[in-house]
Amino acid sequence: MQILANLIVNTFQMDHQSSNSSINSNLNTVIMSNRDLFLKGARDIIPLLIAAAPFGIVYGALAIANGLSVFATMGMSLFVFAGSSQFVAVTLLGVGAAIPIIVLTVFVVNLRHMLYAVSMMPYVTKLPQKIRVLMSFWLTDESFATLSKGLIDDPKMPNFHWYYFGCAFAMYFNWQCCTALGIYLGQEIPDVTKWGLDIAMVVAFVGIVVPILKNKAQWACAVTAFFTALMTHTWPYQSGLLISSLVAIAVGVYLSEASDGAKNETGGKP
Amino acid sequence: MNDWFLILGMMVVTFTPRYLPIALAGRFRIHPLLKRALDFVPIAVLTAIISQTSLIHQGELDLAFDNAYLYGLVASIITALVTKHMFKTIMVGLIAYSIAFVFI
Repeated sequence: MQILANLIVNTFQMDHQSSNSSINSNLNTVIMSNRDLFLKGARDIIPLLIAAAPFGIVYGALAIANGLSVFATMGMSLFVFAGSSQFVAVTLLGVGAAIPIIVLTVFVVNLRHMLYAVSMMPYVTKLPQKIRVLMSFWLTDESFATLSKGLIDDPKMPNFHWYYFGCAFAMYFNWQCCTALGIYLGQEIPDVTKWGLDIAMVVAFVGIVVPILKNKAQWACAVTAFFTALMTHTWPYQSGLLISSLVAIAVGVYLSEASDGAKNETGGKP
Repeated sequence: MNDWFLILGMMVVTFTPRYLPIALAGRFRIHPLLKRALDFVPIAVLTAIISQTSLIHQGELDLAFDNAYLYGLVASIITALVTKHMFKTIMVGLIAYSIAFVFI
């Protein structure tokens, strides 16, 4: 991600000449149109669409099983568009929780999206608010992860928001189809919610996280998050998820600062 | 009707945390320490989701040999370490999980 920050700065500062002369670019020295960027984003997110599909299906089936109407089940996917929040909401509906409690819980669950949004801040400063609204509405684990990876592969990407929109629109469209399929399957095979289909999300996230673990600080951050999340799972409203993430981030920051400090010290000696 | 109040409430609390930082971007400088912390966000959050989803079931830590998620998790981690390839990681993880799910 440190690299990513530099890459995106390059994206904004790039001129056409440097783009043409870039060697490792996927563009084959041609500057991609916004339409090409959109299609490339949609293509790059396909593995994650496959991983998110079972999650959407189980959401649809579970919502129907827990008494949400067909229109409201679909409406939640169309207007809220947040996988784990929707999941938490229908689970709480199933145990008869009051609406304000559900909304409050969803708010806490969503705070991790705020961390994503904050890390996108440096990259969107030149974009108009209209585009930022749509980017925010479509912000998911999957679209954020694909955008990060896309910019590492192709640092010179012009108008990266079109690439992001390709990822995000594909994700949105896929989510609606899977919800509809889940509504149908939930009525036909009520057992579908017990198949443990959320394993797909686990292995997809492993596929994202493990390859980006390069140094000691990143490994320590991942290991800390893994174990603190297990220790805090009984905390109310998934607050354990948020707190363990913050602890893991602190460990990562501390170790990377320490290793930078050590480098500077040895670098200063003859 | 109640369903739609729920959806409206969820829209507000979902969109606000996603939009607020992006809306305010460019209004102030981000402290270098915060920038460094942000680099760790995907690793921390996604890993926490991975461990809770695969090892916590019915509110209990589930490290038993009949937890099929355990096999999917271990297989996918090994594949990711060896291949660094996301799609292969997903496929091997899903296959390992399915085999464990069927036989346990």
